[in-house]
Amino acid sequence: MFTETVLKEIESIKTKYPNPRSALLPALYIAQKEFGWLSHEAMQCVAHAIDLPEAAVRGTASFYAMFKHNPMGRHLIQLCTNVSCMILGAEKLADFLKSKYGLESGGTTKDNRFSLMIMECIGSCGTGPAMLVNTDFYDNLTEKRIGEILNTYK
Amino acid sequence: MEKILLKNTENADSADIDGYIKTGGYKGIPKAFKLKPSDIIEEIKKSGLRGRGGAGFPTGMKWSIAAADSKFPKYLVCNADEGEPGTFKDRHILEKNPHLLIEGMVISGFALGSEYGYIYLRGEYPHAKDILEKAIRQAYEKKFLGKGILGGKIKFHLAVYQGAGAYICGEETALIESLEGRRGHPRLKPPFPVNAGAWKMPTIVNNVETLSNVPYIIDAGAGAYSKIGSKDCPGTKLFSVSGCVEKPGVYELPMGISLREIIYTHAGGIRGGKKIKAVIPGGISTPVLPVDKIDCPMDFISIQKYGSMLGSGAVIVMDESVCMVKVAHRSMKFFEHESCGKCIPCREGTSWLEKILQRIEHGKGREDDLGLLSGIAETMLGKTFCQLGDGAACAMQSMLKHFRGEFEEHIKRKSKCQSSNAKKE
Repeated sequence: MFTETVLKEIESIKTKYPNPRSALLPALYIAQKEFGWLSHEAMQCVAHAIDLPEAAVRGTASFYAMFKHNPMGRHLIQLCTNVSCMILGAEKLADFLKSKYGLESGGTTKDNRFSLMIMECIGSCGTGPAMLVNTDFYDNLTEKRIGEILNTYK
Repeated sequence: MEKILLKNTENADSADIDGYIKTGGYKGIPKAFKLKPSDIIEEIKKSGLRGRGGAGFPTGMKWSIAAADSKFPKYLVCNADEGEPGTFKDRHILEKNPHLLIEGMVISGFALGSEYGYIYLRGEYPHAKDILEKAIRQAYEKKFLGKGILGGKIKFHLAVYQGAGAYICGEETALIESLEGRRGHPRLKPPFPVNAGAWKMPTIVNNVETLSNVPYIIDAGAGAYSKIGSKDCPGTKLFSVSGCVEKPGVYELPMGISLREIIYTHAGGIRGGKKIKAVIPGGISTPVLPVDKIDCPMDFISIQKYGSMLGSGAVIVMDESVCMVKVAHRSMKFFEHESCGKCIPCREGTSWLEKILQRIEHGKGREDDLGLLSGIAETMLGKTFCQLGDGAACAMQSMLKHFRGEFEEHIKRKSKCQSSNAKKE
């Protein structure tokens, strides 16, 4: 269940648009934050809040890469391996995350500390390789630097 | 050259409203409000401004079609879904100069008769979202946005809409679908958004960089603007330079500057004294150019003669150590992931291009694979619902055209690609 505060927030988002359905993407973001991922229950709550069939909510949510359909670790690493980052060695960093942390794209560490998504371009092509940890942004990555950064996320 | 878009972005307070006003910001709004909306559109037409999102469509023409439509309300949507790999120029404006965009949108809204603006921002830019929302709050407080702008009767409301990770939403009709809270599937055109866009109302979708040019054109005049850059494509252009160069970054340079000058004069030349091999001039959906074409002038029209496109001005530089099969494979993996799945040539085409390139890269390529790749690309070209499939096919064909030998060698060698691709230590 969404709290009263969350429901009020969604109601106020609806008023910004001519049609309340526009509040669907923002509401999915809110649900993801509340539940950690878009569980069946989370999507049901969104469907009620926006007054849409659950199928419409699921259909929309499944289109977008940033909505998570599985439980995630405490911290989500999103590493870019697209062309500019690849040229600067991003694939080796993906290998490093696999060998040092046992992380593959879509996977979570056993201690539930980190999840990894390989993502498509985060607009840091000039200072790649780059990644997001939750919403924190890091660039000019090397194996050493990734290790140091991840140490600060417990 | 006078900077228009990155003026003062090196100041620590460039994203703050006081920092922006201090350096002459928000002067364009009172100036624009003294003009008739039709005069502003005329001025934009005269300036020769072309859309900076990739297509290079004349902005003034787009605006006059929307202005002529009598339906109301009209919506002004800023396309900040910068997702073309290699591109990071809009992020620079959004994070360092957000008030320039807001000022551009207020003037554009007034010219177009629109009282509602939305900035569709890609989900991958959470930092830009915070900066932009703060800038919008400040602009409301100082009455540059809201019910009575500058104490007068003109209204303009602005909100940020956060995308959720879909490259296709950079296509304007897919963006509108997403803004309406749906899957980002492109719509059939016509009707074009200028007549029936968001919520079936006239909607003008312009790129961040395009709208950010508007304050200068109003303040300095179309005459001053059209003197910068090339004759057919005036103004400055933001180039995002990445890859194997000494000084990657965003550079504001006159339209029509040569690729060579961008790379060697501004971006410091090739890193580590290596030899240049190829350049993708406008993001990975634009055809690659081999080294003998780097004297190409970078504007929407001139570059076509060299067999490529300006796209978003995302210059990706590759040196001799970069494997083109790998670049092709990573590019097609991207398009396969980002295809919305609505039309068959794109959905199936990108998927098969990726599969075939993967086996070539892993030493399992077959003799007829290159024929297969070009056949699939040929089948996609011009037959997909939107530009995504065309972009993938054009990029594929250009790789085969200029670097065929490298693909053949991979197939012949029958071993996994040994290329290291410059590693950063």
